[in-house]
Amino acid sequence: MKKDFSILIGGAAGEGSRKAGLVIAKLFSELGYRIFIYDDYQSLIRGGHNFSQIRASKEKVLSHRKKIDFLLALDKVTIEKHQADLDKKGIIIYNSDKTSVKDKKAVGIAVETIVKEIGGVSIMGNTAFVAGFAKFIGIEWKTLEGVLKKEFKKSQELNLKIARKSFDKVKSSIKIEKIDQKPLPLLTGNEALSLGAVKAGLDFYIAYPMTPATGILHYLSSHKEEFNTVAVQLENEVGIVNAAIGAAYSGARTMVGTSGGGFALMTEGLSLAAQSEIPLVIVESQRAAPSTGVPTYTSQGDLLFALTAGHGDILRFVIAPGDAEEACFWSGKILNLSWKYQTPSILLIDKEVSESTFSFDKNILNKIKKEKPLLWDKKGEYLRYKETENGISPLAFPGEENAVVKANSYEHDEFGITVEDEKSVEKMQNKRLRKFKEMRKEVDKLEAINVYGNKNSKKAIIAWGSTKGPAKEAAEKLGMRMIQPVILEPFPVKQMKHALEGVEKIALVETNSLAQLGKLLSCFGIKADKEILKYNARPFLPEEIEEKL
Amino acid sequence: MKLETYAKNTWCPGCSNFGIFTALKGAVSSLIEDEMSKENIVIVSGIGCSSKIIDYLNLNSFSSLHGRPIISAEGIKLGNPNLKLIVCAGDGGIYNEGIAHLIHAVKRNSDITVLVHNNRTFALTTGQFTATSPEGFKGKSTPKGSMEQPINPLKLVLASNGTFIARGYAFKPNHLKDLIIKAVKHPGFSFVDILQPCISFFDTTSFYNQRVYEMEEKDLGSPKEALRKIEEWDYNESNDSKKIPIGMFYKIQRPTYEERLLEGLIPLKREREIDE
Repeated sequence: MKKDFSILIGGAAGEGSRKAGLVIAKLFSELGYRIFIYDDYQSLIRGGHNFSQIRASKEKVLSHRKKIDFLLALDKVTIEKHQADLDKKGIIIYNSDKTSVKDKKAVGIAVETIVKEIGGVSIMGNTAFVAGFAKFIGIEWKTLEGVLKKEFKKSQELNLKIARKSFDKVKSSIKIEKIDQKPLPLLTGNEALSLGAVKAGLDFYIAYPMTPATGILHYLSSHKEEFNTVAVQLENEVGIVNAAIGAAYSGARTMVGTSGGGFALMTEGLSLAAQSEIPLVIVESQRAAPSTGVPTYTSQGDLLFALTAGHGDILRFVIAPGDAEEACFWSGKILNLSWKYQTPSILLIDKEVSESTFSFDKNILNKIKKEKPLLWDKKGEYLRYKETENGISPLAFPGEENAVVKANSYEHDEFGITVEDEKSVEKMQNKRLRKFKEMRKEVDKLEAINVYGNKNSKKAIIAWGSTKGPAKEAAEKLGMRMIQPVILEPFPVKQMKHALEGVEKIALVETNSLAQLGKLLSCFGIKADKEILKYNARPFLPEEIEEKL
Repeated sequence: MKLETYAKNTWCPGCSNFGIFTALKGAVSSLIEDEMSKENIVIVSGIGCSSKIIDYLNLNSFSSLHGRPIISAEGIKLGNPNLKLIVCAGDGGIYNEGIAHLIHAVKRNSDITVLVHNNRTFALTTGQFTATSPEGFKGKSTPKGSMEQPINPLKLVLASNGTFIARGYAFKPNHLKDLIIKAVKHPGFSFVDILQPCISFFDTTSFYNQRVYEMEEKDLGSPKEALRKIEEWDYNESNDSKKIPIGMFYKIQRPTYEERLLEGLIPLKREREIDE
């Protein structure tokens, strides 16, 4: 029996299709399914067309598929837009108070009528809709009730009454099989990376709202006391990056988050962090650019920008996790790396990782701890930029007795006093170069590259970030090797060459139009035989990659 | 108390920054004698002649970017609320490049002190007009005179709900020293605009000497009275400019940003507290 379902639920903005989709995902999750939700919404508050596409599968899944098994239409537009993608055996569930469907298999739910009978408000129509669908696919009332109780803390009784009414009206026609595995919590990438950073000791998250990174600000703001982490909204991105560097100078672990446009404003801070040797983590969640672009949709168009942003001769960590668990692990890791090497770092994700919802295995958190950076031993005079063999100078923070801590955006001597003479300037850059060398060595020690699929195949797909999900699925289906570089700077050359051993044909898959990873790979003599690029601001689907291969 | 470093001083001989330096050293010494921990003092600077001051002070310091010292200082304060932050920066950084940070820090009532070395010109770039240069200012980018009106920064800070507004004069270091002490002791955002002749590019010494007078401290809680005093001079150089008051204009108490933001939290664990 089928154990991989695609459900699309859509409606106008403000109708609550996202929430309804989440409830449906939780129902499948309760049955042991692994979940992935793709949320598609426009840059507007009311009206338009929003939809969530839920994938529920026995195996862990990281992308949605084209074909839909259940099309749940809160309005007529949803049917018009998505009917073509309905599988031959697919079923439409629709609001019979708003629209009609000729298809005999289709199931109508009189949403408004039910809500009116119970005396609810129009947004509760979602509850009626979800409950009717749950009944149709054979979910037990007890399971539905449990999920609804958790999801609706406000007006719970009314929602339950509406659900019951709808549940009783619909005939159970299918039985979705239960899977014998423990349900996993559902988290967005933004939430998962927040947890990882908190586990690695995050003190402050500082941000200015910008889609698709805003979810981090919201999530951490609403868990302030629980995490003992402070989320702060400041006046603009320039302010944010500079405040974060200031807080790190006084010893607090900080992270900032934004998308490409905000990151563009932050680049002066990247350079400042490099020169003053202060840890800084920037989460850059890409969206379709250039400029304002397509603000609520995805892209991988900022890779080259992230690699080179900031004036001056500097090295930074750029790490691109491809799903929620990776986002969690690497956000913790990048915070530790930034502190170990007193350097700016960029966690490069995109809308697809940030805002999609994943079944999240909390065990990943056990792999994250707060790692201690190199601290001053409190002996002798403190020198913020002390010359050391590996270029890393011990940290002390203002407030420390017997230490004068001088951080400087100008070139400086070991104590931190501004210098301009040629000898001192070269000496300090040499110190930082030694540190960069250590950063490269560090990457060699980490699992910087993931390999999936048929590891012996002579044909390989290379994909990064969120494209990992559909590329991995395509590779597994086609018996190909799939290589995902996670750390992109310093580039893990050795691991990449190792991963490519025996490969004769390389296909590069990216959601940008200039093959930016391809450009990076070419610096190391790696050339793709084929480029599969998508740049309509939508993520790849596994089928699309399969087709192009 | 010796607060100097080994750094070679590169201000022009006779620069009024020496007056501010003297006042600041005097204020810091007095605060330390008054039981403020030296290690808890942090000087934050931007870019320009004013900002060279941090190299000359043997105190914790952070040399920020042009226009950013206020927001850097706010970040440092968040990271460790026990620290006392003193920003030394010029009018170009605070009123031009970083004016948004000034307004927002004032409105938040962040617990930091900002000393603006206001010479009303970009000096280190050899003399262009800034936000507080008078209309008609002849600089290298405005050979026929600036066409813009200056802003009155005190009025701006008052309008942004400031809690401590003062003006000093670089050539009255004793008076300035007292203002700095009061500013640092003020819980909340304390703002001191310091009139500072630039002897190389905009020498306002005699203009100020003829007009500057020390105000009596009274009605410090009245915004109306503060505004009246603030409007005695509009930062222009016309002959109508008669008197320029210095001293305290306004002082009220409001909860600080940091105490509100960090309320109820376990003091943040800083790196030194990590267990091995």
